[in-house]
Amino acid sequence: MNGVHDMGGMHGFGPVEPEADEPVFHAPWEARVLALRRAVGAWRRWNIDAGRYSIETLPPADYLRMSYYEKWLASCIKLMLGAGLVTPQELASGRRDPAVPVATPPLTPEKVLPAIAAGGPTLRVTSAAPRFEAGAAVRARDINPTGHTRLPRYVRGRRGTIECHHGAHVFPDSNARFEGESPQYLYTVRFAARELWGEAANPADAVYLDLWEDYLEPA
Amino acid sequence: MALRVKALESLLVEKGLVDPAALDVMIDAYENRIGPRNGARVVARAWTDPDYKARLMKDATSAIAEFGYSGAQGEHMVVVENTPAVHNLVVCTLCSCYPWPVLGLPPVWYKSSAYRSRAVIDPRGVLAEFGLAVPDEVAVRVWDSTAEIRYLVLPERPAGTDGLDAEALAALVSRDAMVGVAKVPGLTP
Repeated sequence: MNGVHDMGGMHGFGPVEPEADEPVFHAPWEARVLALRRAVGAWRRWNIDAGRYSIETLPPADYLRMSYYEKWLASCIKLMLGAGLVTPQELASGRRDPAVPVATPPLTPEKVLPAIAAGGPTLRVTSAAPRFEAGAAVRARDINPTGHTRLPRYVRGRRGTIECHHGAHVFPDSNARFEGESPQYLYTVRFAARELWGEAANPADAVYLDLWEDYLEPA
Repeated sequence: MALRVKALESLLVEKGLVDPAALDVMIDAYENRIGPRNGARVVARAWTDPDYKARLMKDATSAIAEFGYSGAQGEHMVVVENTPAVHNLVVCTLCSCYPWPVLGLPPVWYKSSAYRSRAVIDPRGVLAEFGLAVPDEVAVRVWDSTAEIRYLVLPERPAGTDGLDAEALAALVSRDAMVGVAKVPGLTP
């Protein structure tokens, strides 16, 4: 979707402001949100792409106003409601609906570190051959999907060069819609800064993106 | 916010959806175990062990796993090397993708709209704000983490560090140097 989350190349957000000696969390509730969202994620009612889409579909003004962990909380609630893990009545009252049996949490303390160490690899086996070879000239397709996509606006229609492929990976556009992993080749594509931003850019500079086969066409 | 989050956690615990002790373990992991010291050890090893560096550049995921660092948000790692001719910078313009197993959770500035919007169109301006002037003849390569590949910058080893062992070298390597917004400073004699 052409949302406000797709920020590459935008102006107007001001300078980058690093914080000296920044703590991992700025308040205990941020840590609880991080852990809560991942712990309810262990119910596997959604996937990482649907999770990202739930953040992208926050109202644009809210997206820009909220902090990172405020967005995580809002998205966590959306995902739980969508999956039926909680009801609007429960959220409003703060109390469990007594008609729903008490569940058993899938993420127990001893499973946390193994779950972190395992992660969620997205590489999949495929018998298909890659469509593009290293060094091939490609163009990012000029498409405007209304759902989740990982093809940023700033490269659409631009020409680049295949750097390498990383094998076949879960395709976010279909996975976010719960329409299957549809793995396809993932390529690192080099775009010259001048191709993206015009003659003012340094001729030596480049931006590299990881793009799925469906995002690309021969140039 | 604190009250809202507390209320939500209470509800989810009451429903049996989450175990609060599991949340504590996860928070402890990201506050105390998983952070940029991990990445610094990888960098220092690459500086001191040519065979390790070769493995790291060829298959970063496996080479990093030799240290026991793996998993969430670092499932598929790539290391990009800074040289006198190339400076690398990592960003995620679409969200805030970041190599958690080696750098921990991202700082606020990395997740900010300012960094996400500007790193790709004005990397040299962003680097200048971090106090890093990159000469025109040095190529700036920006890595936009649009998929599940996570990038770690291998900074240049600073001059004057020949006598240091890997542990002493790791102490010099900052998080910012491994994102690409800083260099590793040399030792002042």
